[in-house]
Amino acid sequence: MRVFWDLFIEFFQIGLFAIGGGPATIPFLMDLPSRHDWYERADVANMLAVSESTPGPIGINMATYAGYRAAGFLGGITATFSLVLPSLIVIIIVARILNSFSQNPYVRSAFYTIRPAVTGLIATAVLGIWETSLFTAEDGSFQFPVFPVALVVLFYFAMTHKKLKKLHPAFWIFCGAVIGIVFQM
Amino acid sequence: MLPMLKYELVEKNGWVTEEELLDYYAVGQCTPGIIAVNVSTFVGYKKRGIIGAIFSTLGMVSPSLIIVSILALFLEQFMSNKIVAHAVGGIKIVVCALMLNTVVTMAKKSVVGGLCCGIAVLSFLLAVFTPIPTVFLVIIAGIFGIILYRMGGVKL
Repeated sequence: MRVFWDLFIEFFQIGLFAIGGGPATIPFLMDLPSRHDWYERADVANMLAVSESTPGPIGINMATYAGYRAAGFLGGITATFSLVLPSLIVIIIVARILNSFSQNPYVRSAFYTIRPAVTGLIATAVLGIWETSLFTAEDGSFQFPVFPVALVVLFYFAMTHKKLKKLHPAFWIFCGAVIGIVFQM
Repeated sequence: MLPMLKYELVEKNGWVTEEELLDYYAVGQCTPGIIAVNVSTFVGYKKRGIIGAIFSTLGMVSPSLIIVSILALFLEQFMSNKIVAHAVGGIKIVVCALMLNTVVTMAKKSVVGGLCCGIAVLSFLLAVFTPIPTVFLVIIAGIFGIILYRMGGVKL
């Protein structure tokens, strides 16, 4: 039972402080393995792959997957409901004062500085994902794999290219799977 | 997500006007949590109060719960398979590129001007080199913004 309480506490917190939408949950999810043994930091890349290639908001998909890893199907439900509970409470309060809320100078000035800070936090989390999926060898030492890193750069330029920008992430994930199988990565 | 919300809520069901939806979206962006969930909670609340909010939130998260649980179950069982393991190895490459794209897109939207750039770099460095929990960094950033506003440092 303990694990469900822990999931509730952790994901309620994430729901309350992940400001700026789905990607803002990633820094928190990279933090979790330091406190709980639900999954490892290296697993976050897999979780992101699943979340990016399935329908639904990425943050919700991530919570479901993390909760599933911690305590199966019920864990997924617990994590997801805990993640959206703060939204539910805050929105119900804010809905009564809608017009003044998003125009309120205090709210606006707080978000003016929170947004870039969250961007920095996400950059940190992404660095961590790069570290665990690219730069850590199987024995835990540092490595710099030239071919995979070149592929990352190639994929980045492909998915930001004017004509390919509209393609769904699932398409790129599928390409990655094929390349992984062909080159036995 | 916005075009889909617009189609379902404005055009198909006529629950909200386009203007209202944009208002909700703006609020959804500056309230904690997932933006799409915030918007759906908002619309549910406006239509049928707290019960409506709960149901629209449940509706928003249910497909994820079902699909991701099934996928997770599948992945756990097939991870030991060699071909699946190779595929996952290739997928990680794409995830690295996708995440780089996410950061760059967010930076373009949120890092406007020198002050924001400084805040982004500072929070990055603090998160990498100090053990300050993520939650506190978010709170500190918010308080900093309010102090700046009080001192007349932010022009909104």
